[in-house]
Amino acid sequence: MADRIAARRSALEGLALPSSAGLASVTDVGVAARFLYRGAPELVAGVFGVELPTTPLRANARLERAVLWLGPDEWLLLTAKADDSTLSATLSNVLHGKPASLVDISHRQVGLVVSGPRVEALLNAGCPLNLDVAVFPVGMCTRTILAKAEIVLWRTAGDTFRIEVARSFAPYAVAFLDEAMHGIA
Amino acid sequence: MASLHRTNGGGRVDRARTLSFTFDGRTYQGHPGDTLASALLANGVHLVGRSYKYHRPRGILSAGAEEPNALVTIDRGDGRAAPNLRATQVELYDGLVAESQNRWPSLSYDVGAVNSLFSPLLAAGFYYKTFMGPRLLDSNWAWHKIYEPLIRRAAGLGKAPTLPDPDRYANRFAHCDVLVVGAGPAGLAAALAATEAGARVILCDEQAELGGALLSEWAVEIDGTPAASWVADAVRALAASPRVTLLPRTQAFGYFAQNFVALAERLTDHLASSDPAAARERLWQVRAKEVVLATGAIERPIVFPGNDRPGIMLADAARTYVNRYGVRPGSRTVVLAACDSGYAAALDLHRAGIDVATIVDPRPNGNRTLIEAARTAGIAIEVGATVIATRGRQRVTAVRIARIGADGSAAAGSWIPCDHVAMAGGWTPSVHLFSQSRGKLAWSDAAQAFLPAAAAPGQAQRSAGACRGVFGLAAALEDGFAAGKAAADTRVRKRSFNVTHDLTDFSGIVGTPGTGAHVSKAFVDFQHDVTVRDLKLAAQEGFRAIEHVKRYTTTGMATDQGKTSNLNALAIVADHLGKPIPEVGLTTFRQPYTPVSFGTIAGTSRGDLFDPVRRTPCDGWAQAAGAVFEDVGAWKRARYFPEGGEDMHAAVARECRTVRGAAGMFDASTLGKIEVVGPDAAVFLDRLYINSFQKLGVGRCRYGVLLNEAGFIIDDGVIGRLAPDRFHVTTTTGGAARVLNMMEDYAQTEFPDLKVWLTSTTEQWAVIAVQGPRARDVLAPLLEEVDLGATSFPHMSVKAVRICGIEARLFRVSFTGEMGFEINVPADYGVAVWEAVWREVQKHGGCAYGTETMHVLRAEKGFIIVGQETDGTVTPDDVGLGWAIGKSKRDFVGMRSLSRPDMVRGGRKQLVGLLTADPKLVLEEGAQVTAELHPPAGTPALGHVTSAYWSAALGRSIALALVADGRARIGTRLNVPMPGSDVPVEVVAPVFLDPKGERLHG
Amino acid sequence: MLLITCPYCRMARPESEFHYGGEAHVARPAEPANVSDAEWAAYLYMRANPKGVHAERWRHIHGCGRFFNAVRNTVSDEILATYEAGMSRPDLGDGTKDAR
Repeated sequence: MADRIAARRSALEGLALPSSAGLASVTDVGVAARFLYRGAPELVAGVFGVELPTTPLRANARLERAVLWLGPDEWLLLTAKADDSTLSATLSNVLHGKPASLVDISHRQVGLVVSGPRVEALLNAGCPLNLDVAVFPVGMCTRTILAKAEIVLWRTAGDTFRIEVARSFAPYAVAFLDEAMHGIA
Repeated sequence: MASLHRTNGGGRVDRARTLSFTFDGRTYQGHPGDTLASALLANGVHLVGRSYKYHRPRGILSAGAEEPNALVTIDRGDGRAAPNLRATQVELYDGLVAESQNRWPSLSYDVGAVNSLFSPLLAAGFYYKTFMGPRLLDSNWAWHKIYEPLIRRAAGLGKAPTLPDPDRYANRFAHCDVLVVGAGPAGLAAALAATEAGARVILCDEQAELGGALLSEWAVEIDGTPAASWVADAVRALAASPRVTLLPRTQAFGYFAQNFVALAERLTDHLASSDPAAARERLWQVRAKEVVLATGAIERPIVFPGNDRPGIMLADAARTYVNRYGVRPGSRTVVLAACDSGYAAALDLHRAGIDVATIVDPRPNGNRTLIEAARTAGIAIEVGATVIATRGRQRVTAVRIARIGADGSAAAGSWIPCDHVAMAGGWTPSVHLFSQSRGKLAWSDAAQAFLPAAAAPGQAQRSAGACRGVFGLAAALEDGFAAGKAAADTRVRKRSFNVTHDLTDFSGIVGTPGTGAHVSKAFVDFQHDVTVRDLKLAAQEGFRAIEHVKRYTTTGMATDQGKTSNLNALAIVADHLGKPIPEVGLTTFRQPYTPVSFGTIAGTSRGDLFDPVRRTPCDGWAQAAGAVFEDVGAWKRARYFPEGGEDMHAAVARECRTVRGAAGMFDASTLGKIEVVGPDAAVFLDRLYINSFQKLGVGRCRYGVLLNEAGFIIDDGVIGRLAPDRFHVTTTTGGAARVLNMMEDYAQTEFPDLKVWLTSTTEQWAVIAVQGPRARDVLAPLLEEVDLGATSFPHMSVKAVRICGIEARLFRVSFTGEMGFEINVPADYGVAVWEAVWREVQKHGGCAYGTETMHVLRAEKGFIIVGQETDGTVTPDDVGLGWAIGKSKRDFVGMRSLSRPDMVRGGRKQLVGLLTADPKLVLEEGAQVTAELHPPAGTPALGHVTSAYWSAALGRSIALALVADGRARIGTRLNVPMPGSDVPVEVVAPVFLDPKGERLHG
Repeated sequence: MLLITCPYCRMARPESEFHYGGEAHVARPAEPANVSDAEWAAYLYMRANPKGVHAERWRHIHGCGRFFNAVRNTVSDEILATYEAGMSRPDLGDGTKDAR
């Protein structure tokens, strides 16, 4: 019998998150629950409480939950809290016997919030997409690349993006953003 | 103190402030706004370099990016040394330290100049002709040992710095509606038009100031405004728009498919001191909807004997030095004007107080208005004449002028003393970027130049102004504005420009008309010392294609890529071959337009950011425990955990003994993991893997082998069934991404009818392997109500458990041959669970072990490692895995290939074990296996050693090998040639320990 | 760097987000056991490799993850069309569709 519950340790622990006064900053999203859902979008929307976007590259967010379109049958479900066990059970129950796939990836990746007036220049140091708000509007999301790391990029406000990056690439992504801070003045 | 060589006023330098700099150790003064070249000229310094081959004294030829001679090294200290910079582009700052290149011991006394005496030996193709022998040891001996070292010392440009580059380099991906390259009159006008249309505009120019040729004008007025004010107004208007990005000091150096243009921006090199944390240069990778190329034109030198002496420069450069920098490049000038722009230069030099001795115009009839203007200014003019010789060692002292006769030959004429020659040969449009964009060029007889003709498909771009042969300020402004309007929005109103003092005729001469037959020391390519004679020699020796002439003579192959020389070289070769220029063709324009630093290209990809380094959740523990790591793909994996000064051999032997004797724990987190989910998941895996999965029970595992369609093993791993519609698939560490990609490929394109989805879970789980006879005892206290008994949880099982209170997936699997478990916990809990397991492992005398020990333990059991025992040519049967193929299967990826004739023939290499006669000797992996003890050279090997280790359990060395017909050779003796001796080996079955698997199932 | 319009994202995206996947429309035999050695070898190894217009597979691996097809001119690098996996090669009216 275990005498104690193991403690969590984030992949970002011990990393200094870069910021450049008045230009841009990077912060940790913190503990979050994440699921990768593949299948018919209507099966989980009711339980999760957010419609799954069927328009490519769009995210729907409501309260502390969000669904990001990643592919034509692939969505990233995010919640702000680590309520993974109850949510996971609820979602699993509703999908039981249904032709769909739900996989808990809460620990697979970490979330960063990148924000500030120079956020586009900062990200464009390594992301080749056009981040002009007219082309990449608020609510747009996509998998893409940041230098040599794959990321999910989601614009949550005019000057704010959320990045999801695989945990072993997180130190690289943070170090890259730190380096990129020197080139955005 | 006012310099003798400065004009009395005017120009764009700030005469109120003085900057100090050194050139070859001597201190000089200049002003803000100077380039190094203008500041040197302002100090009367003309000799700035030695030529590449003959070490001839060379001066400043130009005032821009095309400069072939004035190459310097700027040393900013601490490894910040940049060689081969063009002094004409280096902005002056206080404390600048510049060194000339390619001279020893000094510029004015250069030992290498003796090369000049041997110039007949160094003619075209000298590399190919002279260095062919003697063939002492091998055909390249003489080259490598004698000639190359000598040539490298004697010839060559600046030295690369040896210290690491301490600077930062930034990168920016950018998008715009209209990218305008070049901020001269055409570029500025294009940017104004595009901005008026509301487009997102990027305007770049390699110079510190935007304005291009307009910055060198003094009398010109545009729409009633002096040129300089007009530029300032235009730049102010552009800067005021938030949709415009102005990039001075930014060279567009590469134009790629679909309007992708690379720009190099210099951020700090012009500053006397800068924030060391700031980036030195920035690479812009611009994707433009439309590109306007306004890259201007480069004035051509005139080819005449002795045309390379210091003091001889391009006429427009002389005019720029006078008008823009307030520098007198000479006191007595001869202007050789084959183009009207030479007259404009002569008039401006005259106005600046330079004695213009004469204008020599090789054309039969000059421009009457300009001739009249020059005569009015009191300048002598010789029409129908040229220069046929020059004098002066380190600076031109005189030129010999001769009249060109009716037959084109020039008769010997009189010497005229001078210390400066300005030559105007006409203008070559800068079509480099257009050509890089794969646009087609066409020869224009009228312009005597290649001009942009057809754009390449997918390249929405247009050239404007001089770079497409539209010369003259008014015409260039109008052309630029029209291009910007066409690129952005055709509704913008057309604009015309009223320009005073405008020239219209910019034609000139190409080649060597009028210089006679003997033209030694008539230089065409200054930087590579290619003369008219070299080009004629190449043509005489049978080179017909210009690309071959280029390589044979090296014309146009220097760092300046022949910006001032290519057209003259082409004309000379065409003339010699008796062909028109377009028939001889044109050499390829390559990126970069001007040299770009390696730092800019590399950007952030160096040091820790060169590649992502992937570390597991338990990595910190391993580091603290003193693990030695190895790279496996991008991952860092603990290789072994030395204790008390152990070397690898001792540590691995101890770890092996401990695992087999008690227990060991191992970080297996890097193994690829894919969750395969859906009602057709089992069918899908059946079609991918050689094994059968449909009948695999929930909670059971199977060792899966994956082939490619050619029938060769590409991956393997344990696959566990978590639910009827859910599998936990593991892959090799290095194969994770490849296998997922392959699975997606089949799921999406070959079997889209199957309801199955794949999700990478590699990083969701931290995986802790516990192996050894005490493994069960280690785990039991950490688990809640789990029976780990051999019957309830046998080998190759999986179940959901709680360990340390955390939901986990527990596998009973083994890669060591011992009783083994693999704990999968969500990654954030990995290190905490690891530490809990570690406390238990210690209680049982166990250890942590690394990949090296894992390799030895699995080799003792004959378990293969994909990529070590397999190399992409190995089938399941080759490595004894034929048993894994599902017996009733009709198809799986690669199955059909397994019955191809080559796969079923005899003689295929098969996995066997090898035992050396000397038990202490460990074979080398990769060593060949032969039948004979001392096979003669050329004997094909029977196979090769794939793995070889010291086995602590057996107290001897072991090896695995792929050997032709290996299984039939078990019990026989073969040989392994190794350095120093050939090693006899006995062929054995590839399982060295516990062949019945009793330990595994315990 | 090419710009490739992903038919699933319906957006032009930079080449660095994609993986190349070789010639398109090379169908795996439905019953491999029933094809001859020569037919199987042709399926495995024979590719058109034209200088010019080529239908080829790409995967938007760092995007939506989907495999799709593109018609590209291998000389000019022009991408003439992109379309979803499983769709037949579009007729671009240039006579290249049936010229495999």
